[in-house]
Amino acid sequence: MTWSMLFFVLVGAVSLAAAAGVVLSRQPVHSALFLLTNFATLAVLYVTLEAQFLAAAQVIIYAGGIVILILFVIMLIGGETNDFVARQRSWTRGVALGLGILLLASLSYSVFQGFNQPPADVTAIQGGIPEAVGQALFTQYLLPFELASILLLVALLGALVLGRHGTVAHTGSQPASPPPSSDD
Amino acid sequence: MVPTSYYLILSAMIFAIGAVGVLVRRNALIILMCVEMMLNSVNLTLIALSRQWGNLNGQVFVFMIMAVAAAEVAVGLAILIANTRHRESINIDEIHLLKW
Repeated sequence: MTWSMLFFVLVGAVSLAAAAGVVLSRQPVHSALFLLTNFATLAVLYVTLEAQFLAAAQVIIYAGGIVILILFVIMLIGGETNDFVARQRSWTRGVALGLGILLLASLSYSVFQGFNQPPADVTAIQGGIPEAVGQALFTQYLLPFELASILLLVALLGALVLGRHGTVAHTGSQPASPPPSSDD
Repeated sequence: MVPTSYYLILSAMIFAIGAVGVLVRRNALIILMCVEMMLNSVNLTLIALSRQWGNLNGQVFVFMIMAVAAAEVAVGLAILIANTRHRESINIDEIHLLKW
């Protein structure tokens, strides 16, 4: 077993354990921290896969943005809304586990069928440095890039409209709500 | 060099764990986290295949998926907050207004 294989096995084991922790832990805060661990280990794996720019983007976007957002919402909503398994349907857990094993088996079977050949020339992607990725992003994929910016703008406006106190939503049924200038 | 199939198996495992989490857990926040985890495992698949074929297109796809995931989690959390304001619960079984 070479060193790179040992490293992959270690990081992959940590990633899998963190993924299981997201599903199994009782507190939502613990789930969010396990999710952070999972994202960080995946960023490490991206580096070993010649994708340095995406590893940095993974840390910045997921670990720095999305997990922080989820943690803020947990603090806002309240973290003690812990595990409520559907009480009237106790068979859900077994069925879900069976379906997951079936999914994993079919995916693994198709992967082992399709991938026996070694990797091709890896020097063509230049280690995934920002220069190479940016070259592809701003020449061949310019239109999807601009569409992604529009998507982010629309999502920003949508989150703003959904998240603020709805003065439009309840139409006068509330008696004498204070004017919206008192919003925090 | 670690073979590509190992990375694909790892990402299949993470995807399956996320799918089981979506089916098992009833907390809407944790379901959202599991969806993020599944998106990330697909990212790992795309990057592994990008190295396999020596082609940068997979990494560009991953960039787009990251943008979509950020938009998705922002809107999803806003919907959760708006829902919590109306009923004091984030149990996914009690959010059934649009269920047929």
